[in-house]
Amino acid sequence: MGLENVIAEALPEVLTTRLDSLINWARKSSLWPATFGLACCAIEMMNATTSRNDLARFGAEVFRASPRQADVMIVSGRVSRKMAPVLRRIYDQMPEPKWVISMGACATSGGVFDNYAIVQGVDKIVPVDVYIPGCPPRPEMLIHAVMMLQDKVMKESVRDRRDVPEEEARQAVVPGTLPVTDGSTARQNTLPESRPYTIASRHERRRSS
Amino acid sequence: MSEQLSTPDSTPSPLVTALQHEHPEWIGEVIYAFGETTIVVPREHIAAACSFLKTWPEGQFNFLADICGADRGVEEEPRFEVNYHLFSTTKYHRLRLKVVLNEEDTHVPSVTGVWRTANWHERETFDMFGVIFDGHPDLRRILLPDDWQGYALRKDFPLRGYEPYSLK
Amino acid sequence: MSSATIPPQFEIVDQPLDTQMTISMGPQHPSTHGVLRLELVLDGEMVVKATPDIGYLHTGMEKLFEYKKYQQGIVITDRMDYLNPLGNNLGYVMAAEKLLGLEIPTRAQTIRVLMCELQRIASHLVWLGTHALDIGAMTVFFYCFREREKILNLIEAASGGRLTPSYFRIGGLMMDLPAGFEFRCKQFLDDFPKAVDEFHTLLSGNRIFQRRTQGIGKISAEDAIDWGLSGPCLRGSGINLDIRRANPYCGYENYDFEVPTEPDGDVWARYMVRMRELKESHKISTQALARLQPGPVKADAPKVVLPDREAMKSHMDALIHHFLIVAEGFDVPAGEVYHPIEASKGELGVYIKSDGGPKPNRVHVRGPSFVNLSALPVMSEGEMVADIVAIIGSLDVVLGEIDR
Repeated sequence: MGLENVIAEALPEVLTTRLDSLINWARKSSLWPATFGLACCAIEMMNATTSRNDLARFGAEVFRASPRQADVMIVSGRVSRKMAPVLRRIYDQMPEPKWVISMGACATSGGVFDNYAIVQGVDKIVPVDVYIPGCPPRPEMLIHAVMMLQDKVMKESVRDRRDVPEEEARQAVVPGTLPVTDGSTARQNTLPESRPYTIASRHERRRSS
Repeated sequence: MSEQLSTPDSTPSPLVTALQHEHPEWIGEVIYAFGETTIVVPREHIAAACSFLKTWPEGQFNFLADICGADRGVEEEPRFEVNYHLFSTTKYHRLRLKVVLNEEDTHVPSVTGVWRTANWHERETFDMFGVIFDGHPDLRRILLPDDWQGYALRKDFPLRGYEPYSLK
Repeated sequence: MSSATIPPQFEIVDQPLDTQMTISMGPQHPSTHGVLRLELVLDGEMVVKATPDIGYLHTGMEKLFEYKKYQQGIVITDRMDYLNPLGNNLGYVMAAEKLLGLEIPTRAQTIRVLMCELQRIASHLVWLGTHALDIGAMTVFFYCFREREKILNLIEAASGGRLTPSYFRIGGLMMDLPAGFEFRCKQFLDDFPKAVDEFHTLLSGNRIFQRRTQGIGKISAEDAIDWGLSGPCLRGSGINLDIRRANPYCGYENYDFEVPTEPDGDVWARYMVRMRELKESHKISTQALARLQPGPVKADAPKVVLPDREAMKSHMDALIHHFLIVAEGFDVPAGEVYHPIEASKGELGVYIKSDGGPKPNRVHVRGPSFVNLSALPVMSEGEMVADIVAIIGSLDVVLGEIDR
């Protein structure tokens, strides 16, 4: 986003804790989810937004249908092989800053369905911030996950989300073909050469948090 | 009112007897089990049999509930079977027609001309087993992705598929 | 996903008018009730052709059944039609019981009827909430889910799971109803007719709702039977067919209820059928609750049905049976059955083919939404794009059942 670029260029060495707190507070208090209800967990997600467990009091006021207006993608339900490229495309269409909550056992790890048709964990396709177990998880668990995500958002810093320079972004790999890593990224803690598509941010490098 | 289609002491029901009078060449084998009647129909007659059963006053099977394929096993001969579950909305009785196929020749005449609901059921059977329905207006995969290799519900297709877990 | 080439059947080859446009009402859409993709060929705002493209939730459940013992398969059936999991459980369990030839005690049958009707009410409430939400009435969504929470509390009290209960077992139930269940159920059933009247006040007399649903998405009775529609979609076209009357199961022939039908065949008719079904399900539930008598809830088949925990802890043969059933499963006689039940969406048929072992050879579930959706092109020719949303809502499709 332009704000982070400007801050990074204008105030490179200045501590930005006050600014961080303000921006993070604003972001966490208005996390708008993108509707990505796939299967049974979607019904529990709908239950979390209705009057008994009201997700809107935590800032998730509207579930935006268009990913361009959403902050967090709650992947609720099993992701089949046919749906996986669509999921990646929706994730790519979301503007930064964005987060992903993987709701339910099927989104986290394939769940009950260890077979040919289901992607065994949505973190093979998109980077996930919060995992929720359960089949389906209770709406209270989803609210807890949103609160955990809010805590995570509060810990970020504006300086981490710099944009990728344009030349580097143009050499990116085709969307939807995210190469598979074997965990070496987390060990190296450097920008991996095989993925020019990623943003060099501490947030993205932590694949399994 | 529910009509008993098969008698417990496995004497042929009146429906099957009447059908045997009309068209004996359609009846390959009759199985009575668990309160259900199954007629094994030779492959080339299935469309004619379905069309007859739909308009026949004794049958009036105007509702096709389901077309279901099955794979008996890799070693079995014949290997595949296609079950047609028929139901009559006026007489409330049910019937199952079965077509058995060998592995090499998996062509069956399509019954979409008889009941239009067969369209999607036959597409699903094709998708899962590779049974080809001749005369189907639009036979292509329905549940699996369009470029999927292999037929998923065959017994020699592994449960976890062939591709590695991760997407490339 | 295929990379660059579009399969030929997706290209509209002859386009005499330049005004036609093919758009994809994609898998991620707030009104498609799941991951359904529609290929719409539009002429301006009017739909020339609408083709559903399904498979985005295909889970390979039918293949999974072949690798799991019979009692393990019950858990998978929950996830098919996830709005009516008890109905799915019932279909699978009754088909297996037909193969085994088990006799289910009366109390178990009564509880099955009660839970299925409660589940039918819950499923129709979700339908009503999302249908109204798509058409624009947001309040009804919240009211419906408020009522649904009460039902989910009841189901959770009985089985432990709100959305995936797996309450029925082959041979009866998982366990008996907890203490206080009947009181809470009666409380809910006493308050429910007022809620239905509230929905009628909000929607049925609403001129906007009427204009958006009357005359839209018509399908005639012959077409409905030809396309295999069942359930409220068929009854909305005037055909009086209910599997609970046609091929009764679980003692349904002893209950006093009507089968609502409407003659028109449009969205409004299907809406009215389901609203009246809410009242009928309420009637059946009240009757079932009144009929509950103490008794066993599991069939008398020690090789198939798990013994009670106390018996297992004190008797050796019960322990052995428990161990064998859980570890190795029970052998089911060879043969095939097709058992249809009336789920909330239509005729849910379960076909089980057994080869004599503890795992089925083939399980096929005929999902009513699968067949109901295939009639969408017929219903939506000539309608506006905004009406497609209303038509999909009236078909009450659940993608988990369609794609399995």
